[in-house]
Amino acid sequence: MKIQADPPATPEGMYMNEQHHIISYGRLVATWLVLLTLTALTVAVTRLDLGSYKVWGALAIASLKAGVVIAVFMHMRYEGRLLRWLLFVTLLTLAIFIGFTFFDVLYR
Amino acid sequence: MSHIQQPQTSFWNDTGKTGITSWIFSTDHKRIGLLYFYSTFGFFLVGVLLGLLLRIELMAPGRTIMGPQTYNALFTVHGVVMIFLFIIPGFQGSFGNLVMPIQIGARDVSFPRLNLFSWWIYMIGAVVILTSLFTGGGPPDTGWTFYVPFSSRTGTNVSLAVLGVFIIGFSSILTGLNFVTTIHRLRAEGMSWGRLPLFVWSLYATAWVQILATPILAITLVLVAAERLLGTGLFDPATGGDPLMYQHLFWIYSHPAVYIMILPAMGVISDIIPVFSRKPIFGYKMIAFSSIAIAAAGSLVWGHHMYTSGMSDTAILVFSFLTFIVAIPSAIKVFNWVSTLYRGSISLEAPMLFALTFILLFSIGGLSGLILGAAATDIHVHDTHFVVGHFHYVIFGGSGFAFFAAMHYWLPKFYGRRYAEKPAILAWALMFTGFNITYFTMQLLGMQGMPRRYYDYLPEFATLNLVSTVGSWILAGGLLIMLINLFRGLWWGPPFEGNPWGGATLEWSIPTPPPTENFIEEPLVTHGPYDFKGTGIP
Repeated sequence: MKIQADPPATPEGMYMNEQHHIISYGRLVATWLVLLTLTALTVAVTRLDLGSYKVWGALAIASLKAGVVIAVFMHMRYEGRLLRWLLFVTLLTLAIFIGFTFFDVLYR
Repeated sequence: MSHIQQPQTSFWNDTGKTGITSWIFSTDHKRIGLLYFYSTFGFFLVGVLLGLLLRIELMAPGRTIMGPQTYNALFTVHGVVMIFLFIIPGFQGSFGNLVMPIQIGARDVSFPRLNLFSWWIYMIGAVVILTSLFTGGGPPDTGWTFYVPFSSRTGTNVSLAVLGVFIIGFSSILTGLNFVTTIHRLRAEGMSWGRLPLFVWSLYATAWVQILATPILAITLVLVAAERLLGTGLFDPATGGDPLMYQHLFWIYSHPAVYIMILPAMGVISDIIPVFSRKPIFGYKMIAFSSIAIAAAGSLVWGHHMYTSGMSDTAILVFSFLTFIVAIPSAIKVFNWVSTLYRGSISLEAPMLFALTFILLFSIGGLSGLILGAAATDIHVHDTHFVVGHFHYVIFGGSGFAFFAAMHYWLPKFYGRRYAEKPAILAWALMFTGFNITYFTMQLLGMQGMPRRYYDYLPEFATLNLVSTVGSWILAGGLLIMLINLFRGLWWGPPFEGNPWGGATLEWSIPTPPPTENFIEEPLVTHGPYDFKGTGIP
């Protein structure tokens, strides 16, 4: 992996808190294995007789996987608080939008 | 535009560049603002013509000037043009671009090239929408809402039209990103959040709605196209799909979009009322906060469009409750504007007349909105002309009149020339009268049960329909006088110099018209946006 030079600091201090992390191959492979395990788990869950909870199980595992990808592969766990907040607010908005449609879908 | 001789060195001529390329490839926020202004306002005039034709068709029962298919296409195109090509991009693109960077003491927006790119995407989307009218199966006839299952089955050119709207969505998202970044990072020294003009606060709240809600419209429209081209069956019950899902997805964006249309308008009003009352705004913090509250709460009320669609009773209860909550921050604003007027030294010039009209018409629209927000009364007037009247009171009487207020208030600043006052007031009087005759009648018709989007109607609705159509002519007459007077003044009128309105926001502290870099020296902000004493203005 190529090492990036730090961008020049501006008077506004735009890049002051920004750091570049290099993730080792070991950690990348470990993350990949975690994702593979979770995929296997998704398949396993479909074999269980969980009724309507089957969908919730699959969604929960999928969300966990997305979280791992965002945190490690997309470097979110090394980012500053502002960026993490922005992502959180965006995902929360999406969750509310989807969640509110269930006032309709669940009670129809 | 470049043929106009400006009295002094300004962004019109100080870069030495002339010709069309100095406009369409300019990264100056003021030039981009004017590009947006002329393109969006041009589409507004197209929408007005279509609206007038629709009113002529409805003047008398039966066929008047067009057939039913043409009528369906015209009300669809009227809606698409007015909403997606005029009022959503209009405020942010034109007055947001023209005024906001100057109001916060910046030389330009954060990403000037992205800003230009937004305008280009907007124009490309507009061309695609216009192409859809004349190719394939002809102009779409679904209404601007593109409801399934009709939109997935009709033979008209829906696919191309939704592609155009999809493209324009990117323009909206990029403008939103640009404005949020600009307001966070480029405020001048001393321009704290508590000193931001309320127009900037409203643009900030709007920008967040654009960023967070627009992608959902994009996805929804892609799904409609997939339904038509690939037959995915997502919205078709026969294949396990759900037509109501379309309505949820569509309104998750399109209800917040109503706030993209009205919030900047409220910002304009908050800037104009104190200037023409010679008084600091009443309740600055509450107005700023209510902009954010409207943006947040307004994003959670989309279900109130679906009370008669077969949605669950629980959802109707929840969405009805949330809808009433949005009335609170809206009422806070109206209360504060009226309190600003109280014991002010009011001067009734054209921008102020349009601003005061906004308060009245928006309040009528808002109160009729409560009738629609309550499920019990909504079921009576759902999909009638009452809804059409309500929507036009809020969006035309509200946002439209605020747009005219902004045109009279800010455009002379950028042209350095002014319009004549008396014709402007005559135009306002005609428009105000014509507006109420046209749309209040629609509310009455709706109460009597005349459905919206119907080509023909029963004889008992004939008188009121005729009155409404005559009203639309008075409205159009006023609009015509306003246009001639305003643009004649801006292009050839007497000079407009200094700070004739006596505004305390930063745009009034720089030369007229502004130079390309806006500020000759870096501004240091020492007073609030409505602190008229602090600026030394009597």
